[in-house]
Amino acid sequence: MSEKVLMKGNEAVAEGAIRSGCRHFFGYPITPQNELAAYMSKRMPKENGVFLQAESEIAAINMVLGAAATGVRAMTSSSSPGIALKSEGLSYLAGCDLPAVLVNVQRGGPGLGGIQPGQADYFIATQGSGHGDFRMIVLAPGGVQEMFDHAVLAFYLADRYRMTVMILSDGILGQMMEPVTFGNTVSDAPEKPWALGINRKREKNIVSSLFLDPYALEAQNFRRFERYAEVEANEARFEGFMLDDAEIVVVAYGASARVARNSIAEARSQGIKAGMLRPITLWPFPKEACLSAAKTAKAFISVEMSMGQMVKDIELAVRCGCPVLLCNRVGGVVPEPAQVLDCIRKAADL
Amino acid sequence: MSREILIAGFGGQGVLFSGKFLANIGLLNNQEVSWLPSYGPEMRGGTANCGVILSPDTIGCPVVSRPDVLIALNLPSLDKFENAVKPSGHIFTDSSMISKKVKRTDVIVHNIPAAKMAEDNALSGLGSMIMAGGVISLLDGISDDLIESAMRKTVPKRKQALFDSNMKAVYIGQNAV
Amino acid sequence: MSIVFQKTPVLTDTHFSYCPGCTHGIIHRLVAEVIQEMDIANSTIGVAPVGCAVLAYTFFNLDMIQSPHGRAPAVATGIKRALPDGFVFTYQGDGDLAAIGTAETVHAAARGENITVIFVNNAIYGMTGGQMAPTTLPGQVTQTTPYGRNPSSAGYPVMVSEMLSTLEGTAYCERVSVDCVKNIRKAKESIRKAFETQKAKKGFSLVEILSTCPTNWGLSPTESLDWLRENMMPQYPLGVFKDKGGEV
Repeated sequence: MSEKVLMKGNEAVAEGAIRSGCRHFFGYPITPQNELAAYMSKRMPKENGVFLQAESEIAAINMVLGAAATGVRAMTSSSSPGIALKSEGLSYLAGCDLPAVLVNVQRGGPGLGGIQPGQADYFIATQGSGHGDFRMIVLAPGGVQEMFDHAVLAFYLADRYRMTVMILSDGILGQMMEPVTFGNTVSDAPEKPWALGINRKREKNIVSSLFLDPYALEAQNFRRFERYAEVEANEARFEGFMLDDAEIVVVAYGASARVARNSIAEARSQGIKAGMLRPITLWPFPKEACLSAAKTAKAFISVEMSMGQMVKDIELAVRCGCPVLLCNRVGGVVPEPAQVLDCIRKAADL
Repeated sequence: MSREILIAGFGGQGVLFSGKFLANIGLLNNQEVSWLPSYGPEMRGGTANCGVILSPDTIGCPVVSRPDVLIALNLPSLDKFENAVKPSGHIFTDSSMISKKVKRTDVIVHNIPAAKMAEDNALSGLGSMIMAGGVISLLDGISDDLIESAMRKTVPKRKQALFDSNMKAVYIGQNAV
Repeated sequence: MSIVFQKTPVLTDTHFSYCPGCTHGIIHRLVAEVIQEMDIANSTIGVAPVGCAVLAYTFFNLDMIQSPHGRAPAVATGIKRALPDGFVFTYQGDGDLAAIGTAETVHAAARGENITVIFVNNAIYGMTGGQMAPTTLPGQVTQTTPYGRNPSSAGYPVMVSEMLSTLEGTAYCERVSVDCVKNIRKAKESIRKAFETQKAKKGFSLVEILSTCPTNWGLSPTESLDWLRENMMPQYPLGVFKDKGGEV
């Protein structure tokens, strides 16, 4: 096993991308993701890769569009306000069925908001990432090791399904350091016969999201959603923590899941059967796992740093099988373990 | 046992660096570790703090809101975090920077004039590493070799010239407790 | 019997979707001929804009990508950085390049991005039905300047070639016109110079081409050519604004 290295989440995700064969990074400065671009600017020249600081988040995502169209593994990163600017490019990437990876190190919003950690981009990540009907695969790392692992996974999934994969992180995961082991799990990129190329001895390739014939566009959408259905069937991931006999099921991702872990351990020591279902993919959401946990649960609690976004997916997943409570802090405030414990106690008394 | 350490002071006092050193101590001691800085405009000239957790078990919340050990490198940090320290916890104050006494009576107080000791030993600016040395003296099973290896990991390769001075600061801190 | 003119194979057999009398067709042909004559067709990638030329990817017999509105220089940057040995060009109108895509254009030039931009300036938004463009002339009537463009409220034309020529990264920049045979020949030479500049890896190259829009100007094709000469040329003087390469 390779040596453990202490590094920031923002650096780990960058290293994971480089070890996945990503040699094209296009970024724009924004807190709290800056260490990611800085790391890329240092490492890429040594790997004969491209680091380019674009003039805007819009330009950066469109550079990803161009690079991805040639078949290379390309990536950009930003934080919440910058992600909104990337919406246009995300829709085009989906419309062109191009694989790409995007990291969102979330902060508090809306507007310029703040720079402290947030999770209020759940909707923009999982539901409304841009105009038109499309999906992104959304990964939710739970620590610095997973920031690395998810970069590797993201490039694999992006190529496998020709989709954009968003790694939905937050200011805590980006800024904190934890030990990381660089696993040897890098996937080879598949053949990409659709890609733009040079020295061609074939018919021309076109990468376009434009279909002026509504029936052709409709067919394109249906085909794309068949692929999405495959993703939903195969790729929903979660991790259970004391979940098997849990009566109070806490659902949390990212930094919130780290906080909730303390609260659940404390609740158990007080005799409350609490457990956690930590989604690793937010789209596809682990619906089956929620439904199955709902059979024995008294209540669900969504712990999130937003006004209640993921809670909607939980409600849909448990199909009114049991009450779903919201335990949240917003604006850059991180919930404290004591607050989550209080909520678990209240749920236990329902 | 699990240790939650909070280091707080002005930006530039080595808050983040000494925290990283302690995290590397834990890493080499086969513990689970996390290091979380305050970030943003706070870092530039204002107050900075950094939470380090060393634990035998998987670490949940990386935010240190109830520290076992507080290192206060200036008065605002002591004022802000004194009451957060767990009962029977430790408070290290830099007594060359803070004239005020710790009010709490249920904690163990270490008044170390770290900034002045650093100055006297031609280690200007390494007060936080003297404090880190003090914290190490509380930990079990930390050999000199381990400290040296942790320092190698912490001091950037291009700045290895600073290795000896940092080691000296830690040594002074270990003997000051 | 000898062949006196043949369509370049760099254009497909697809019928142009441009209006009768529009000069886009001429410009397409010039670009395609230069690519053929330089023998770079199998390594050239084109970026189609949003606007009248949105379907350019169906007309050029090249690998093509359709870009979001104004972002063509950014998309081209991504392609060129991934395939530095390829030839990459964008084909953009005035709204795409000088309004919504100003930042992408200016910064591609500032970086000296080794791409070629074919900039078609016809002083109006054609595709959407004739609204004011950043290059619309003072006094010019459009759908959104029904009383003529009033600089006091709607500002002045953007002089793209003049502006970009001030940037160090711009290696070649010329304004040409396709209003007559002589100018069409000059325009082709300019397009060739731009691609040669890219071949020599000298940096950003742009050819601004004054073009007509009979449909939205409300003029016949020949009247449009007169209008271009009488109104556009005084505002937009032809000439080389930057040529780092000198002779090519």
